[in-house]
Amino acid sequence: MDPTSLSAVTLNLLRGFGTTFALFAITLIAAIPLGLIITFGSSSRIKPIAYIVRTFVWIIRGTPLLLQILVLVYGPGLVFKVQLYENSIGVMIAFIINYACYFSEIFRGGIESVPRGQKEAGFVLGMTKSQIFFKITLMQVIKHIIPPMGNEIITLVKDTSLVRIVGALMFMGTQHKEILGEAFEYVGVNALIWPLFYSAVFYLAFCGILTLLFSYLEKKLSYFKI
Amino acid sequence: MSVLEIKDFKKSFGKIKVLKGIDFTLERGQALSIIGSSGSGKTTLLRCLNFLEQPEEGQMFVDGNCIFDAAVDKNIKAKDLRQRQLNFGLVFQNFNLFPQYTVLDNVCLAPKMLAKESPDFHRNKKEIYAQIEENARKIIERVGMTSRIDMYPCQLSGGQQQRVAIARALALNPKILCFDEPTSALDPELTGEVLKVIRSLKDGDCTMVIVTHEMNFAKEVSDKIIFMDDGIITEQGSPEILDNPKSERLKEFLTAFSQ
Repeated sequence: MDPTSLSAVTLNLLRGFGTTFALFAITLIAAIPLGLIITFGSSSRIKPIAYIVRTFVWIIRGTPLLLQILVLVYGPGLVFKVQLYENSIGVMIAFIINYACYFSEIFRGGIESVPRGQKEAGFVLGMTKSQIFFKITLMQVIKHIIPPMGNEIITLVKDTSLVRIVGALMFMGTQHKEILGEAFEYVGVNALIWPLFYSAVFYLAFCGILTLLFSYLEKKLSYFKI
Repeated sequence: MSVLEIKDFKKSFGKIKVLKGIDFTLERGQALSIIGSSGSGKTTLLRCLNFLEQPEEGQMFVDGNCIFDAAVDKNIKAKDLRQRQLNFGLVFQNFNLFPQYTVLDNVCLAPKMLAKESPDFHRNKKEIYAQIEENARKIIERVGMTSRIDMYPCQLSGGQQQRVAIARALALNPKILCFDEPTSALDPELTGEVLKVIRSLKDGDCTMVIVTHEMNFAKEVSDKIIFMDDGIITEQGSPEILDNPKSERLKEFLTAFSQ
């Protein structure tokens, strides 16, 4: 069959869609509960836990997903010189952590949007904290976060295309290896890994400035309430 | 014996002293109205009764049993706190109905949750739930909301929502039912239907504490009136005090009100 024919391309795309969908589904299933745990962690009354979780979220949200994928897929191999897990596992971990952090911020906004009176009403009716959360707050949070979650999930669908980069790099890697031999390994270990982390610093700084700018705007506009 | 006795409640928020020593008693079946200008501490007092705030000093007795003593109750366990709280019911100024539940479910939710704690719950779940629903229907009828029993809060007027909120509080059969300015968020034409329900509860021998700005209603329904000013009780007594105030502050307050 001609590989450029419509049917061949369709077949290929469908095969790829299977992988994409698996990544999409696994990320969603794992990132939603993990995100909820992160939400509770960042609003924990135990201060050290809250600070650690918030810093982690800041780093993940402040660096590109592509960078996180590269670090998780190639990092262990470059640092420890052994492959700790399959490339696909690395990709999946990167997606799950990245999306869990984004989801956690959405959840936090959703939980904060429920009026305090709802919890107080539950309390004076003798309900426990978990009953109040699951029977009263949760449904209202879900209603509130559906639009931003929709945005984020659509972004997830498109982000799955980043996986392609891992495949491509691997291919390039093996070719280079054949040509450059040991030279590649030397370059790989000593030249590749630190710029990877170093680039994260640039992204973090950039995102940090943006965060400050937006919190400034938020403060500027906090003199009135809607 | 008094059903409720409060001794020397003191509460501050930061440096602001909101309650500076409140004492009063309430007899079974009586209605107590708490009046006073905004910021006098009325709502804080009501929130303290319902354990939504905890006073730094003072004691509270229900039926002669001490259910709160600030000197010893610094960290009450959650379960304990709920048990003590259940002596009281609270109707909020802005209703706080649960928007995702129908009128019936709003009234049934808390009793169903509480029923889970009873030892025979798993054996008789169906009967227990049926019993709760039957009871809820009766209470909803009492507040005149039977025709809207399957509606959601957003489909009801403010007055109707408040009547459902009263039914919701009644469903747990509290010893003392508290109202925090129950008609303040309502249009004047809707206050009547809520006051009518409260009046009917009074006739049904319900013990009530009502924070209100409705002077005429307070005069008519209460057995006792407390006038609060700046964190203390300036004057208390029978509804008579509204016609013949002794303290200057109450005189001023009533004059400002009648204008």
